[in-house]
Parts: sequence; structure tokens; C-alpha cells
Amino acid sequence: MSQKERIAGGVANYIDERTGAAKWLNKNLKKVFPDHWSFMLGEVALYSFIILLLSGTFLTFWFDPSQRDVIYNGSYMPLQHVQMSAAYASTLHISFDVRGGLLMRQIHHWAALLFMAAIIAHLLRVFFTGAFRKPREANWLIGVGLVTLGIVEGFLGYSLPDDLLSGTGIRIAEAILQAIPVVGSYIAFFAFGGAFPGHVFIPRIYTVHVLLLPGAFLALITIHLMLVWYQKHTQYPGPGRTEKNVVGYPLMPVYMAKAGGFFGIVFGVTAFLGAVASINPIWLYGPYTPGQISAGSQPDFYMGWLDGLVRMSPPIETHAFGHTISWNILIPGLIVPGILFTGMALYPFIESYISGDKREHHLLDRPRNVPNRTALGAMSLTFMMVSLINGGNDLIATHFHLSINQIMWMSRIGIFVLPPLAFVITKRICLSLQRADRDLVLHGRETGRLVMLPHGEFVEVHEPISAEKAWTLTSHEQPRAIPNVSEDVNGVAKPKAVRNKLRSRMSVANAEQAPAATATEAKELEGGHH
Amino acid sequence: MTNGNHIEKFQDPGLPEHIHRKADHDEKAAKKAERQVAILFLLSAVGTVLAIGSYIFMPQDLVIFIPIMGDQNAAQLCLGLGIAMATFFLGMGAVHWAKTLMPDTEVVAERHEFRSEEEDREAFVATVKEQGGSAGLGRRTLIKRSLGLAGGLAALTPIVMLRDLGPQPKKQLNTTSWVSGTRLVTDPGDRPIKPSDLEVGAVAQVLPALKAGEERTLENVGKDAVLLIRLNPNEFNLDSERLSWTHDGIIAFSKICSHMGCAVALYEQQTKHLLCPCHQSTFDVTRAAKVIFGPAARPLPQLAITIDSEGYLIAKQPFTEPVGPSFWERNTK
Repeated sequence: MSQKERIAGGVANYIDERTGAAKWLNKNLKKVFPDHWSFMLGEVALYSFIILLLSGTFLTFWFDPSQRDVIYNGSYMPLQHVQMSAAYASTLHISFDVRGGLLMRQIHHWAALLFMAAIIAHLLRVFFTGAFRKPREANWLIGVGLVTLGIVEGFLGYSLPDDLLSGTGIRIAEAILQAIPVVGSYIAFFAFGGAFPGHVFIPRIYTVHVLLLPGAFLALITIHLMLVWYQKHTQYPGPGRTEKNVVGYPLMPVYMAKAGGFFGIVFGVTAFLGAVASINPIWLYGPYTPGQISAGSQPDFYMGWLDGLVRMSPPIETHAFGHTISWNILIPGLIVPGILFTGMALYPFIESYISGDKREHHLLDRPRNVPNRTALGAMSLTFMMVSLINGGNDLIATHFHLSINQIMWMSRIGIFVLPPLAFVITKRICLSLQRADRDLVLHGRETGRLVMLPHGEFVEVHEPISAEKAWTLTSHEQPRAIPNVSEDVNGVAKPKAVRNKLRSRMSVANAEQAPAATATEAKELEGGHH
Repeated sequence: MTNGNHIEKFQDPGLPEHIHRKADHDEKAAKKAERQVAILFLLSAVGTVLAIGSYIFMPQDLVIFIPIMGDQNAAQLCLGLGIAMATFFLGMGAVHWAKTLMPDTEVVAERHEFRSEEEDREAFVATVKEQGGSAGLGRRTLIKRSLGLAGGLAALTPIVMLRDLGPQPKKQLNTTSWVSGTRLVTDPGDRPIKPSDLEVGAVAQVLPALKAGEERTLENVGKDAVLLIRLNPNEFNLDSERLSWTHDGIIAFSKICSHMGCAVALYEQQTKHLLCPCHQSTFDVTRAAKVIFGPAARPLPQLAITIDSEGYLIAKQPFTEPVGPSFWERNTK
């Protein structure tokens, strides 16, 4: 036994004698994780969260979350002697008078954008591959919670510096609160400690931003990861991979090195962006005052879709019985997002109801093999993209010399027309890809080699694909539709006829597919020609 | 598929054979990989030296020009690039190590259905039923209902205790500082304005003049900000009342958007349209700020103005409707 082995053995022994965890630790250090690039998306989100905690803590050492008036007297000349809030002044101080302060601010902001982008990409991966199916519905719900909190946390974060741009964002948030029927003005006055903007909002959201929400994130992320650990990671279908096994690499040492290394890479990329790419230069905007604004006011991208929905809303208000209801704010600002996020949270349960599938799933779907779900995802994405584009309609108009009115009308029509269109097109593409898979299995790969037959006919030589590939392309499940049985065996009408009929209809749409190629068919073809 | 024969599916060929890396059997390749990992770690160390060195020794006001990026603060840039190098190459080294030298044979672990053995499940279900039943929650409805009541009520306290977060709105959303006779003063500068200060086509932001000893708060600015625009009087398309609210071609509107409260700051001189940069609501100045595009549902409130004996612009009367975004108690159309 070498010196090093003795030390390693000593460490293991030390831990076990104090915890009795030898068996558990041994098992878990050898835990197998499947490998795929798309499994890194969630990792990016986790690592950017850690970067956010680290850089955010650094910023709190200097940031003064106060709206008391101060006269700026720091080293940024253009704002010398200007009256502003302490929050804004301390943000200037961090940016100009703390060494590395601006860098940390920029790292923090870039990490926040990366955090949200990674969460969204991870969510899409989980959705399109069906990783949310039983037994992982709870983790899907936690994920929906995390993306929702992430949007709120991001908004609160960029609102803290109290600059002209972020103050405008807070003003809009206040208008949404104020628009809530019956209690709106009360909620707004309670939140702002009186009339907008008041002197308490920044300190209050600061506590939420640095304590309440990060705490909630930590708790939810911990449960999220523990569930991944306990339920074992899903894997893509392929030769040797089944619902009953996990094929991959052990945690120690491969994943420890890869995951730890990947954290360094994510940190490095964020630091690089923070070093070279200016983000949210608040000193250019000036301190907030409700009487001013800068043109081209834009929220961060994860809020952009919401802003875009508000922008495209038609001007509808109800005035009746001495009261006002602002549908132009309530519908795009609260009702539509509420429906979208509730629908997203419930989706695993809806799909399981429609397909009647209550089994466990650990093998992921290839998106093309579940055309209905993939089309639904494309439809939702299209909805979000139209909203997001409309959220930047003013910038698009000025950059491309277009009419803002036309862009707005395109969005107003597009938000209704394009998502269903995306559904139909995506579903057709999925079915075509299924047929292409089928052709590939049955007829082999096109080699590009043309051969002239003795009688002069030209044919392209097809090469049979490997057994591994054939298995990968044909091993997926072929869902069957739930028939609508309106009467039982005795001819008595079943209850809930409408619901059953609806479910059956949806189930038929859900089960639409091109049949996967079978070995029998392949053999028949071989016997026939080629 | 024919003759109703059994359809034979493709079979799982099992895990493909593992292909070994060069470094697995070639000691030279392994040494080379080791050197590569070491170089990556050393690059990381160089990054840390750069970061700390630039933090300590580089003057904070040194600006350097970098093509494409333009003028950059050198200390900030070097510190950032140093940290980026330090973390990135540390990570790359670890990943490269894992990929070239650590075992890359795929391992297969069993996975078991989460559903327990039937026996255990039944015992568990029985326990839940029995122990839950022994508490009598299902039977003793009085307990169940009073528990529900008490629990629900207990949750109310924290909500009630948020009451002191702020005052009641009262009439604050309905009123502004403008009263009859308030002088219009420039923002910034607080100078009173004469009609002759504004040329035709000009725009100015104004606030109500402060009374002696009064301070201007942001809450007031958020309600009081007003835009003055001067047109040719014959360009107006107003009813006689609204026309009488203008003075010599000067018309005044609340600058706070009737949609979501942003400052309506973009004035297109040619079309005489006011545009809110937040959500692009567009108001026609010649028609009393009627909404001609965008999500705003109401015109910007117009402020009636005239001049006082000294010739300065003053408000004729307060706003006749609440300014800013809508709210439930808002009573006027």
C-alpha cells in the first residue's frame, strides 16, 4: 500500500467511524450518471446560481438599499452634485470607486441572464424529451416554481439600483398592482408605503432579493437535485439502454471532475463577459425621477415577453358604477401569464390523462416520436417569441426603419395566427421525420454512389444501417388512442359522456404516428427487391 | 405483416463495444494528455497572477483603446480577464483530465421500479388507513371542521399584520398639486414661463410652482409633471371648452401616461403626436391627446391654462380627472 492509498483509506475510515455511512457513501460515490450534452443545461443554471450568490454577496458589502436623498460626490464627473437616492449613489460607488466593483456588477448581471437562459433551455429539454413524466412530475412542478421565482428575482435585482430605466420598470409594476380590481390601489399603497415612488420600496425588495427568494431557491434547488439523485437520471434511448438500467459514468471520479470543471468553465465565461461586455451602464441613465424617461426602454429578456404582451394589448377599459377595470393591463399582465404558467405546471398531468399512460418512464423520447407534445411546445414557444419580439418593437422599428404601428399589428394578428400554425407545421414535420426514420431502417442509408445497371437504368446504392441504429430508430413506444366507449356492455350510457368523448378525441390526436419499421417488414423488403 | 403472422421487431443489440482511447494503452499518449492538463492548470495560475497583479499595481484610471471594444478601463479589464482565465482553465483542465485519463468505460447500473412489493404496499396503505382512521379525522367531523376553521384563521394573522406597510390611498390617486392660479415653472430650474418663451412647435416640461418652504418630492413629480406644447392655434381640432383650456396655441397635458404611468416624453413635431416610450401608446395633441394607437384606453388629462396679471402661465383650475394609470376607484371616464 502506497502512502497515498493509506491516506485515502484513513479519510474513508475517519468519516465512517463518525457517521456509519460507509455503505451509503460507497454506493453513491459509484452512482452512475448518463452522459449527454443536453444534461448540462440544468448544470449551467445551477452554476450560474452559485455565481450569483458569490457575486451578489460581494455587491451587498457596498450597496446601500436606501431611497434617502443624497448629493453624489464620487469620481464619476457627469453626475457630480446631482441629487439622487443612496441606492443609486452606492451603485455608482461600486461601479467607479470599488476596485473590481463594476466587474462584479457585470458578472452578477450576466450570470442572471445566463441563469434564466439556462433554466429556460433546461425546461425545454425536459419538455421536449418527456423527462417530466412519471415519476418526475414533482420535479417538473419545482422547476416551474424556479423559473417563475427566477423572473421575479431578476426583475427585483435590476430594479435595485434605482436608475431611470429600472425606476420606469417599477412604475409599470406599480400600475399592474394598481389595476387589480377592488384591492389594487390598497395593495399598491401598502407595497410602496404610500404614493409612488415613496422611500420604502427599494429597501423592501432588497430584503426579498437577497434573503427571501435566494432562500426559496436554495430549498427548491436542493429538493430538485435530491429527487434527481434518488430517482436516478433519465437517459436517451439506444442500444443497451432500457427502462431498467442507467448507462453512464460513475460520480467518482469522472463526474466530480467533469461537473467541478464545468463550474469553472461557466464561471470563466461569465467573468469574461463581465470583463469585456458592458451591461446595464446605470450611470448613463441617471437617477430615477417619475417625470423623465429614456427612449427605447427595455426590460431584461425574460421579462420582455410580458412587456410585449402589454404593448400589443388593445385599449380596453370598463367604466361602470363608478369603477374602472383595466383589461388592457389585467389580461396581458396577469391573466394570460397566469394561464400560461398554470398550464405549464399541469402539463404532465394533462398528458398522462390524455394518453392514459400511468407507467414509469426513464427513457427519454425523441421529440419527433411524440408529435403532439412537440407541436404543443413549438406552439407555446412561438407564442412567447411573438410576444418577445413585440417587446422590442420600438428597437426593431428604429433599427430596421419600419413602422412601429405595423409591427404592433403584425404581433396582434400573429399572436393568434402563428402559434396554431406552428402546431400544425411542427406536427407535420415530426410525422415526416418518423417516415424518414422508417425509410432509413427499411431501405438503408443513401450512399451517394450511382450504379448503372446492364439495361441502362441508374440506381443509387443503399447501404443497410447498423443494428444499433436500427434499434435506436425503432425502439420507441407506439401510443394507442383511448377509444370512446359511450355505452357499457349492457348498452347503458356511461356517465361523463362529453368528457370521455373529449378525452378520446385528444387521445386520437395524441397517438397520431407513422408506424415504426419492424424486422418483419425489413425481411419482406429484402426478399422482394434490392 | 402479411398473413397475420407475428410481427418481429428489431432487437436490442446491447451496448456497443467500448472503443478505447489512445491514452488507455499508449503510455506516450497518456503522458501527452497529462502535460496538456498541466498546461491548462498553469494557464489558470497565470490568470490568477494577472488578476491580483492588475488589482494591486494597475492605476485605476488607466484607459486603453482596444479595437472593436473602444476605450476600456485597463484595470477592470485585466482583473476580469484574469479571473476568467483562472476559472476557465481550471475547469478546462479538470474536464480534459476526466475525458482523457479517467476511466471512460460506461457502467451499467440497475434501476428498480419505485413501486414497492405488493406486500409492502398493502401494509403501508393499511398503516395510513388504520393510523389515520384511529385519529378519527374522517369520523369526527366536528374536529375536522373546527380544525379547518382554526387553521384558516391562523393563516390570516400574517396577512393582517402586513396592514401597516403603508397608508390607505384615500383620495391621493385623485388629486395633484395643481390648483387654480398655480404658476407653471420649468423642470429643471423652477422658473416661471411666459407664452413668449415657447416658440411654435416647441415642447417644455413644467411643474407647479412651489409655495414658500415647500419641497418637491418624487411623489409629487409623479403626479404633477405636465407637458406644454405650442402649436398654431388654427391647428387645434378641439371643442370650445377644451379650446378655452389652451392659451395662445399652448396646450398642457399630464405627462404621466394614462396607461401605466410612464413619462410620455416623445413628441413628433410633424405629426403632432405624443408617444409613450414604454408601450407606444400614441396621443394626438391636436385632438386633446386622443389615443390613436397602442394600449392606452384614455387620453392624457388636459390641464386648463391661462396667464396671470404679470403674463406668466398659470393653471386655470385643477385637473378635472385623476392623472396616471387607472385604478378600481377611478370614477370618471
